[in-house]
Amino acid sequence: MRSFEEILKLCDVDLEFYEAVMELESRESGKDFDSIYSFMASMLDAMEQSVNSALNTEFKGRLMEDEARRFGKYISQTEDLLSGKFIANASHIALAVSQYNSNMGRIVAAPTAGSCGILPGLLFAYKNLYAPSRDALVKALIVAGGVGEVIQKRATLAGAEGGCQAECGAAAAMGSAALTYLKGGSAEASAHAAALTIKSVMGLVCDSVAGLVEVPCIKRNGTLVALASICADMALAGVRSVIPPDEVVDAMRQVGKALPETLRETSKGGLAVTPKARAIEKNIFSQITPLTES
Amino acid sequence: MLSDIIGPVMVGPSSSHTAGAAKLGRLARRVWNDEVSKVDIYLRGSFAATYWGHGTDKALVGGLLGFLPHDERIKDALNIARERGMEYRFFAENIDGAHPNSVRFVLYGNDRTMEVVGASLGGGVVELQEIDGFRLSLKGDLAALVTFHVDRPGVLATVTGLLAKHDVNIATMHLYRQGRGGKAAMVIEIDGDLKQEAKEELQRSHPALMRVIFIPLAEGDLI
Repeated sequence: MRSFEEILKLCDVDLEFYEAVMELESRESGKDFDSIYSFMASMLDAMEQSVNSALNTEFKGRLMEDEARRFGKYISQTEDLLSGKFIANASHIALAVSQYNSNMGRIVAAPTAGSCGILPGLLFAYKNLYAPSRDALVKALIVAGGVGEVIQKRATLAGAEGGCQAECGAAAAMGSAALTYLKGGSAEASAHAAALTIKSVMGLVCDSVAGLVEVPCIKRNGTLVALASICADMALAGVRSVIPPDEVVDAMRQVGKALPETLRETSKGGLAVTPKARAIEKNIFSQITPLTES
Repeated sequence: MLSDIIGPVMVGPSSSHTAGAAKLGRLARRVWNDEVSKVDIYLRGSFAATYWGHGTDKALVGGLLGFLPHDERIKDALNIARERGMEYRFFAENIDGAHPNSVRFVLYGNDRTMEVVGASLGGGVVELQEIDGFRLSLKGDLAALVTFHVDRPGVLATVTGLLAKHDVNIATMHLYRQGRGGKAAMVIEIDGDLKQEAKEELQRSHPALMRVIFIPLAEGDLI
């Protein structure tokens, strides 16, 4: 699927967003609906496993502490959370899964490993709070997949090509559309939730410290669930992006291309070259025995 | 494809430096077609620069042990290798024009050695780029056979004829040569797997054939 327009056109003829995505996927891949659905169901199960393992595993980071645990403890003890139960829970899960990935835990790339906390955070916080059926969550994951595919086709999902907007930004857009679906929003609302999200991450750079998938990646997973949630709420309220969703993705592509290489997964710009990051790098390299040059 | 967006299930933290590395190790093992007991691993480009932070070393060794990219044993692969008696050494090397995420394996057996070069192209997709110094391209999603032969008429016809006789469907096929009448190679990816009988027949099917390598189907690699 190459555009939101294509998906929404099918939805005009009485399909839901997830059905339109399955229809287009089936046309392109030749797979039947059952196999597409069961593949996505297996991904949802693997995601749930990663959530459970992540929440029960202590994180040993090279650069940061177990912030997921710290945050989880805080939200369990705090009644009046500023960001509300849903966002706090989603953020807790996103931090934990992202930390788990950083520690070589088993995760589902969604769409990438560096952004693997965002979708599980949103979907399983929703599960915790609203107890939807598994079927509803699988369909929401298909909605997310459709959004990701449009971004991949029109722009990119690789940090090395488009910066962090293409990874964590894309994951948040995918999650925002999925939440909108779960809350009973129209297909058009899902597309606009994704567009509103992308507009707010436009230009987000990939500047990981010491080349590790840790700083700032893990906390970006933990914060972007909030953006996804508020964009879903706006879309559900009828707020629409003035710039059509496909044009928003096209702009994201153009912005990604315009980013200098130093800000595209090379650790040569942004946070990665701050004095603190340089000091961290120096410290890490002093602990590593260099490889023998052949 | 939706499976390019959601998935793969993998051990983190990096699809190209961890999942791709595990796939490359496994692909080298499949080309070697035996347990790996001794291997030298030469990391190039960003593999050499960030292997320690992305578990690339563990993933490569895990793949050589036969682990899939989602196998949680990858985290402990270096210890498991030692327990199983696999000797491995890591080096860095600078090769002009090499892919930035690439690796050269030198595999040692009792009576043979083999050199395999592969690259991680991004998103967990990998490509085998060289076998014993011969440049070629192989993704490893299917079973395959690689022939090394002298560039003479009839080799292609003989090999494909035999595959047809054994009812094997060819999925993709590529020919490479180092000059007219010189050393040549052919990579044929097939649907399904190849029977032992067909393999033996292929080995001695044409006088210009010097060597045929069979790369078996890898169960579960498509997850």
